[in-house]
Amino acid sequence: MKTLLSTISFENLASSLDSYLSKLLPAGIALLAVEMIIAGVCLLAFLVVLCFFLGYLERKVAGHMQMRHGPNRVGPAGSMQIVADTVKLLMKEGLTPNSADKFLFNLGPMIVVATSMMAIAPLAFAKNFQLWNISIGVLYVSSISSLAVIGILVAGWSSYNKYSLLGAMRSGAQIVSYELSVGLSLVAIVIFSGSLNLNDIVESQSNGWWLFKGHLPALIAFVIFIIASTAEINRAPFDLAEAEQELTAGFHTEYAGMKFAMFLLAEYINLFIVSAIAATVFLGGWMPLHLGNWEVFNHIMDFIPSSLWFFGKTFGIIFVIMWFRWTFPRLRIDQLLNLEWKYLLPISMVNIIAVTLITIMHWHF
Amino acid sequence: MIEKEILLERLKETLPGCSFDISGEWLNIMVNASEIKSVINYLRYTPTLDFDGLFCLTAVDMKDHLLVVYHLLSRDSHTNVVVKAKIEDTVNPCIETVSDIWKGANLLEREVFEMFGINFNLHPNLKKLLLEENWTGFPLRKNYVDDNMIEL
Amino acid sequence: MNYSIMEAITEKIITTDLPEGQFEINMGPQHPSTHGVLHLKIRLEGEKIIHIEPVLGYIHRSIEKMCEKLSYRQFILITSRMDYLSAHINNTACALVVEKGLGLEIPERAKAIRILMAELTRLASHQLWWGCTGLDLGAVSPFFFAFREREEIITIMEETCGARLTQNYSVPGGVMYDLHPTFVGSVKKIIQQMKNNFHEYEELLGGNIIFQERTKGVGYLSKADAISFGCSGPMARASGVSCDVRKWFPYDGYEKLAFEEILDEGGDCWARYNVRLKEMKQSIAIIEQLIDNIPEGDFQAKTKNVLKLPKGEFYQRVETARGELGVYIVSEGGTSPYRCKFRSPNFSNLSAIPEMAKGGKIGDLVAIMATVDLVIPDIDR
Repeated sequence: MKTLLSTISFENLASSLDSYLSKLLPAGIALLAVEMIIAGVCLLAFLVVLCFFLGYLERKVAGHMQMRHGPNRVGPAGSMQIVADTVKLLMKEGLTPNSADKFLFNLGPMIVVATSMMAIAPLAFAKNFQLWNISIGVLYVSSISSLAVIGILVAGWSSYNKYSLLGAMRSGAQIVSYELSVGLSLVAIVIFSGSLNLNDIVESQSNGWWLFKGHLPALIAFVIFIIASTAEINRAPFDLAEAEQELTAGFHTEYAGMKFAMFLLAEYINLFIVSAIAATVFLGGWMPLHLGNWEVFNHIMDFIPSSLWFFGKTFGIIFVIMWFRWTFPRLRIDQLLNLEWKYLLPISMVNIIAVTLITIMHWHF
Repeated sequence: MIEKEILLERLKETLPGCSFDISGEWLNIMVNASEIKSVINYLRYTPTLDFDGLFCLTAVDMKDHLLVVYHLLSRDSHTNVVVKAKIEDTVNPCIETVSDIWKGANLLEREVFEMFGINFNLHPNLKKLLLEENWTGFPLRKNYVDDNMIEL
Repeated sequence: MNYSIMEAITEKIITTDLPEGQFEINMGPQHPSTHGVLHLKIRLEGEKIIHIEPVLGYIHRSIEKMCEKLSYRQFILITSRMDYLSAHINNTACALVVEKGLGLEIPERAKAIRILMAELTRLASHQLWWGCTGLDLGAVSPFFFAFREREEIITIMEETCGARLTQNYSVPGGVMYDLHPTFVGSVKKIIQQMKNNFHEYEELLGGNIIFQERTKGVGYLSKADAISFGCSGPMARASGVSCDVRKWFPYDGYEKLAFEEILDEGGDCWARYNVRLKEMKQSIAIIEQLIDNIPEGDFQAKTKNVLKLPKGEFYQRVETARGELGVYIVSEGGTSPYRCKFRSPNFSNLSAIPEMAKGGKIGDLVAIMATVDLVIPDIDR
């Protein structure tokens, strides 16, 4: 029974599928194409289910924090609520304003969704189970997320609406500023582990997660990463661009129906990615909790499958980010940018120097 | 609080052109519309009186004349006084504005203008406030007729 | 009426005469954070506000003209719809002015009941204000916590007065019915619940650094300006103007109760926020003083069926949750008022908003509107 349980893992599933297919098809283009199609379809299905689940989680968490139930009518315990909302969105009439730039208007949401989905490639969901083992994983994720800003600006500009433009400009300024802090926090752990490859970073945490091994600087980097990422994905308390109480709905004012659903999809995928990166880099990804050389403890922790570790950590961070939304009021745009340029960025830079010193002197665990 | 009889004694000499009435709760000062500014200035800026709060500005249509009613309050002594400006001309009534003394009178006078048709001279922005811009007639006048009105 | 409302709303705003770099936008009339149908024309230069012009009249129902045809018993009923969050206090003001005209003395029990209901109304109004302030500034959860208590108070009012929002409980002579038998027990329970939960009110918004940064130093109103605009209520008291009608011109027995007038010298949004929170505590104190000592007796004085006020003028001021409401009646001796004017607190408070918001950003304007706490039907009447 024990051996049966240990063979059921994503790694084994993938490798047995691969050996089955390579018997059927000759190696080369055909095999590659079929495997890519299978991986793509699985990923898309996973993302769709993930977004449904995250939407449901958000509304239930919000409900319970506000002393109410959240959705509990549509489907068992309200689980089909998001399905119903998605069907409603898809059935809406997608109006394009007359004087909008049609090509850019349609392109905007596509850029945003595409960049979100592309950033999933180097993430390892379980031991040896990732789409693309790229040697510059951290750099890849940072740069692809930065491309999303183009989509937002394109959406705001092409709407031909001064409120959308205002919202897009604010969003653009916010995202571009907070990327610096996100990057610097990730660089702290890159310095610790010595590699940009996400696999190497996870492997280096086999004797303890960097959050504990790196003590104070890693903790500072973690906190800054969480704050800056919440700003990157335009979530409260940094959701000034979409605030209804300000002026309409920001850069996605003119979008309705399917295109608006794409923005929502991209927001939830971004939320997942940001939490997954935090879990991978700071909390060990799929690596179970190992404490130094305590073999017995580590052995017990290994029994919990690695995918469970990964998703547990990711959803823990997602819950914390959702908790922020329902507790804090919103920051004003100048306070938002002040926070980044006057507080987070200088702290990150000092942190980098500290991390470098600690790594050279081996003062970490 | 200064009692209305004492206030009456103090004001009788200094405001010769006005008539006074103490039958109500507070002292009422009746003045002609042309002298309203000097009376208000006197009440507002005299240090012993110091009526620095205007808490109500309205008008009453008395059919043969119009009355603009100012309710003043002195915050230090908590005394209230009522000043009534009588406008004889109901066809083209006008009176001086007090929005240079009290900033809150700006919107109050706009409302009186649209409801009664009283022009306030030197008002910075005399336009309609609550009604639509091309409304004709002055609704709170007693002789206002509207075809859409239904008698209850 | 000469042209339809739809044409009025969609009329194009001519902006060709604005200097370079400035543009004009509309906030409202339908907007989540204007607390009603308020239309503000805002002239912006980038993010900075240059000038605000309020456009009013979207809910003008000519209440003053209607009062000239209604009897002295009837006109009280439509005043609940002016400032609907202090409906009972509006009704009390009208009842008091009629009693002043008739020279009527009302029984002690009626006075105590009126004060209890007024303070419960004030508490409920401030709770809704607190929830909406959080909502306007982006924190969604305080809204639900505020309504947890407010719901209890409204249920108490429904049991005694028959209605949750527009109570119509005060009549000339006293109150319409006696208290419900469960009134005293329910009020004690909600007061205890409020006292237990009050730390949540103070910490959830007031203790949050983001909220403090958004309200401190924002929307400053000087004391001289507050007096000049005729502001009253918590907004003026936060600028240092002592104007509580319950203290200076007491009515209904307020002179016998021990409570403080809350003043603050700050003049900004943070000061207005704190003044209202402390006023909630004072309301709780007043209710605690009265709830065990409601005098026995009649709840309504004997009056004639058809009331006629003698010829003359009568003015009564009360302290609603937003400021000083004045009812001015000119009577020619008939059964209806000859002229009825409502001096509404929100009208004067609104006129101070363009001054407070000048030079700030739109986010500041939202914070100012949240803490000034306007109710638009009171402005338009």
